[in-house]
Amino acid sequence: MAAAAETVVSQAEPEVLLAGHGITKRFGPVVANDDVSVELRPGRILALLGENGAGKSTLVNVLFGLHRPDAGQVVIADEHMELSSPHDAIARGVGMVHQHFQLVPPMSVVRNIVLGAEPRKLGMIDVAQARRRVMDLADRFGLGVDPDAAVEDLPVGAQQRVEILKALYRDARVLIADEPTAVLTPQETDHLLDVLRGLTAQGVGIVFITHKLREVMAAADDIVVLREGKVVGTTTPAQTSEAALAELMVGRAVDLHGDRFESGATGVGSAVSTAAAPSDEAPIAEAGERPVVLDIAGLCTDDDRGQRAVDELSLTVRAGEIVGVAGVEGNGQRELVEAITGLRHATAGTVSISDRDASGARPRQVTVIGVGHIPEDRAKHGLIGSYSVADNSVLNRYFKRPFAAGGMLRRDRIDSHARDVVATFDVRTPDVESPADSLSGGNKQKLIVGREFADEIDLLIAAQPTRGIDIGAIEFIWRRIRERRDEGTAVLLVSAELDEVLALSDRVAVMYEGRIVATVDPRSATREEIGLLMAGATPTTPA
Amino acid sequence: MTRTVLRAAAVPLASVVLGLVLGAALIAVQGHSVTTAYGALVLGGAGDADALLRTLQKATPLVFGGLAVAFAFKAGLFNIGGQGQLLVGAAFAAGVGFGLEGVPLVVHLPLALLVGAAAGAAWGAIAGVLKATSGAHEVIVTIMLNFVAGNLTDWLAANPWQDRSGSNIIARTPLVKPSAEIPTWGWLPAGFVLAALAAFACWFVLERTTYGFEVRSVGANRHAARYAGISVGWIMASTMAVAGLLAGLGGAIESLGVDGRFEAGVNVGLGFEGITIALLARTNPIAVIPAGLLVGLMEAGAAKMQFESGVAPEIIDVIQALILLFVAAPLIVRWLLRLRDTDDRRLTLGAGWGR
Repeated sequence: MAAAAETVVSQAEPEVLLAGHGITKRFGPVVANDDVSVELRPGRILALLGENGAGKSTLVNVLFGLHRPDAGQVVIADEHMELSSPHDAIARGVGMVHQHFQLVPPMSVVRNIVLGAEPRKLGMIDVAQARRRVMDLADRFGLGVDPDAAVEDLPVGAQQRVEILKALYRDARVLIADEPTAVLTPQETDHLLDVLRGLTAQGVGIVFITHKLREVMAAADDIVVLREGKVVGTTTPAQTSEAALAELMVGRAVDLHGDRFESGATGVGSAVSTAAAPSDEAPIAEAGERPVVLDIAGLCTDDDRGQRAVDELSLTVRAGEIVGVAGVEGNGQRELVEAITGLRHATAGTVSISDRDASGARPRQVTVIGVGHIPEDRAKHGLIGSYSVADNSVLNRYFKRPFAAGGMLRRDRIDSHARDVVATFDVRTPDVESPADSLSGGNKQKLIVGREFADEIDLLIAAQPTRGIDIGAIEFIWRRIRERRDEGTAVLLVSAELDEVLALSDRVAVMYEGRIVATVDPRSATREEIGLLMAGATPTTPA
Repeated sequence: MTRTVLRAAAVPLASVVLGLVLGAALIAVQGHSVTTAYGALVLGGAGDADALLRTLQKATPLVFGGLAVAFAFKAGLFNIGGQGQLLVGAAFAAGVGFGLEGVPLVVHLPLALLVGAAAGAAWGAIAGVLKATSGAHEVIVTIMLNFVAGNLTDWLAANPWQDRSGSNIIARTPLVKPSAEIPTWGWLPAGFVLAALAAFACWFVLERTTYGFEVRSVGANRHAARYAGISVGWIMASTMAVAGLLAGLGGAIESLGVDGRFEAGVNVGLGFEGITIALLARTNPIAVIPAGLLVGLMEAGAAKMQFESGVAPEIIDVIQALILLFVAAPLIVRWLLRLRDTDDRRLTLGAGWGR
């Protein structure tokens, strides 16, 4: 494989590294790509921007040979190609950095990189040569990694560099990166963008899939915006703005209150304070006098592997405030939420909700106390996919009046409740009898939010409430959470999206390795300060 | 409504037809007349009141066994233990049936049924409790408990409860007292009425009660069920107990309504056929009734078929196995019949695009 790819390298510099001309791809009745054309030239970063379901992944899967287009042509290095599998694309110098890393965790960095294309000597892997070639590549492209470390011991950012090296080792001239920043801290993201720019300086072309406008503006040379499978805009950062891109993506002006789009690459904090909607100001002033609804003291809990995940954590949330927990994923946020909601056993510490002791409470008891929980993983915890929208609208309250009486379900009450939720929360579904699985991600999430908001609650725990959903739904859910806060509900928001935490929170608690390392005011803190705290730097301003 | 029912029933119905067609081919290859054989099969199973009675009696434990599998399946549990649960139900019901004397029918019969059902429930609950507390896999545990139940009931029938009358040396209990016998009204055995009622009761519990909601939630998504505040362990344990209760009731009716006693080795295999029935019914409790009737009819008519056409009755087992194969491998049937996939499947296939 390496030999075949080397011939590509030795060819004269192609004019177009990778292109799709008039790509159309249908899945049954759904047109995922409709006459889409894109072109990537050497040394450029092409950002593919679009909401979920806009057809970004379908397009790159066609370009990478995973899907065959129904119409249109793929061009690699100036040649029209009929790709029958990713092997054809890889052999032609196209590499993919997947969102979910395709690595073997216990194996070393070198072995992961050469896997499947190992240099051989006498039928054995030539480890010395493999190591040398990997080191050369890492030096050449400025991708520092320890070649002998086991991949599972590396931080996420370094694992991603291994993925990139894997593609470069196969002489990739084109890198397709699918949402590469989704799992990174702001610092790691900046580093990745530097690395990508370094690659382009050596003639590599990069296709960068994202829905984060800030990164597009910071890194892209060319921008292609997709909506509903069609190209709705081709532009460059110089010719556009984040607001204009957001409008292109969604197809209408977007108002997120917290202004995640008009803020520049820095200083969302200042943008928040200029968004002087009265509802944003009022709760802060009174927060000190409002009663504490959630009081966590010295909480400890273990993760699934039995490692301490939450470490003597203390936190309070008052009525009418949103406390945002910022942090890189995997620093105990999931375990914290599960321990509060009764899904995980706390090994030490206390949780009190509305002055009632909820330490060691079961999920049912937590619900009955008056807690709404938007779970992090909507497919695993939030919904039962095969259940109807109606059944899901009472999933954790089916036993309560008026949905049940004397152990019997009251279908009419459940159905009318579901119709209310669907109408109030704008859940797009043909009827309440449809299975939840037939809804789009955003509508599933609106169904969950609607369910949790329909009951009387004093505390809302929202874990990644807008993960993987489109901007329209994000806007809607943010507005609802703010409304609920203004009505006096205490909200604990846990999100890996720093932008979301900054946009919604009245206080930001930064979580690192199971502890709250700092509590900051989102109006005064900058992304950079919070990013450093998320990465484990010692706080300069004590909590 | 009719459309959804038809769509759900398409694969099982097609499987039955395919099984019968292949069965016909096997009969023809042996040089027998297919029409004579199948004609005799139907006449032997439904030709007259006696035939109908035989079919309904055969179908009764099949329906109960099918329910025992189908109900557990709703909670995501695969109950292979119908056999063991049925055996303890049969043995203990017989024990009460012959052991008590001078009790009126209104007390004796319900008591015997209840004890049989309770024995089955306890037997099923063992596997459920172990699953809930230690994670022991219910398939393994119920298989092993089948052997324990088989040996336990054999021992009961051969030792403390053995019929000592005359020169009996067979491992069986005495006949149950008339006050514990399940009546038969003409061609209709009361036991079958109970089986049909049980099927409707299962449907009602699963679809209309909060408990059924919990059972189905645990089966459909255990994690979401926990999130919803459902005690997954309790549901697993109690569901297995209900499954055992159903199988045990089937066994009790065998002893009290058909055999008149419990005899070692007589009921072997009945519990396993419940798996066939449940799969054929696609675990729908109501559909268990026709599935049980179909298999019951084939078993009831097999003797007449052999008598009139010379076809070995084992052909029935082959046909049943073929039907099960087709039901378990619906892709074959869909391909053969060019059936469209259900909406759900298409959604699953299409879910990968555009993320």
